[in-house]
Amino acid sequence: MVPMPHYLIVSALLFSIGIAGVILSRNLIIMFMSIELMLNSANLAIITFSRFLNLMDGHVFVFLVMAVAAAEAAVGLALIITIFRNRGTIDADKFNLLKW
Amino acid sequence: MDIAIFYIAAIVAVGAAVMMILQRNPVASVLYLIVSLIAQAVLFVQLKALFVGALLVIVYAGAILVLFLFVIVLLNLRGEKFASKKPLFDRASKITLAVLLFLEFVILIKEMAFPQRMDELMVQSSPDFGGVRPVATLLYTKYLYPFELTSILLLVAIVGAVIMAKREKSDEGDI
Repeated sequence: MVPMPHYLIVSALLFSIGIAGVILSRNLIIMFMSIELMLNSANLAIITFSRFLNLMDGHVFVFLVMAVAAAEAAVGLALIITIFRNRGTIDADKFNLLKW
Repeated sequence: MDIAIFYIAAIVAVGAAVMMILQRNPVASVLYLIVSLIAQAVLFVQLKALFVGALLVIVYAGAILVLFLFVIVLLNLRGEKFASKKPLFDRASKITLAVLLFLEFVILIKEMAFPQRMDELMVQSSPDFGGVRPVATLLYTKYLYPFELTSILLLVAIVGAVIMAKREKSDEGDI
């Protein structure tokens, strides 16, 4: 049996990689996929706790998180399409209208 | 055996995630994310979350990432030029931040007080833990209202996506 901290470390690693992807990448789509990765690493932590505490409620939470992720993907991709149509690029560094 | 499967799945999940953020081409990036998600589904199944693991492959890898692929194809980014690389200091500081965050997580996990009786709990878990029937029973009894609210969330998301991505007509383009 694999001990519990192993799973949590994997989850933490995936979350950190997701953060690195969001702040390093300039492609909006890759930033967006990194956010999906972070949501999934949180799911992994929830599933780990749910297994080791022998409570199945965590599975329901993961189910709801997946629904939120699907909604977020639909709205976010619509936003990306609108941005691309208006500005002709998805380079995050070129959206600097609000920069002081 | 168990631990070997864990290490293989974990290395594939983390390696594919790293490759995902390093890719220039978004299509390759999506494919690496699919590999990472399938490896995470292996971890889910190892934790006896069979239903959620199957859902991860079907909904995430099957539906959401295909949506990403559609959008990438639709945008036609072939001529997209990203600005030249940022200075090394800029990138190094960002990577340092991510590594520091990971170290914080490690300290947190190390210091966390795990209940002592966890191993007993593991032993007495029922054989159909994480199957479709027990999860569905929870979903339709204890968590019925959150589950119903999810449908409203999805409806709002669909309407929002359609309105935002719609091409505005010139005579009503005031949004």
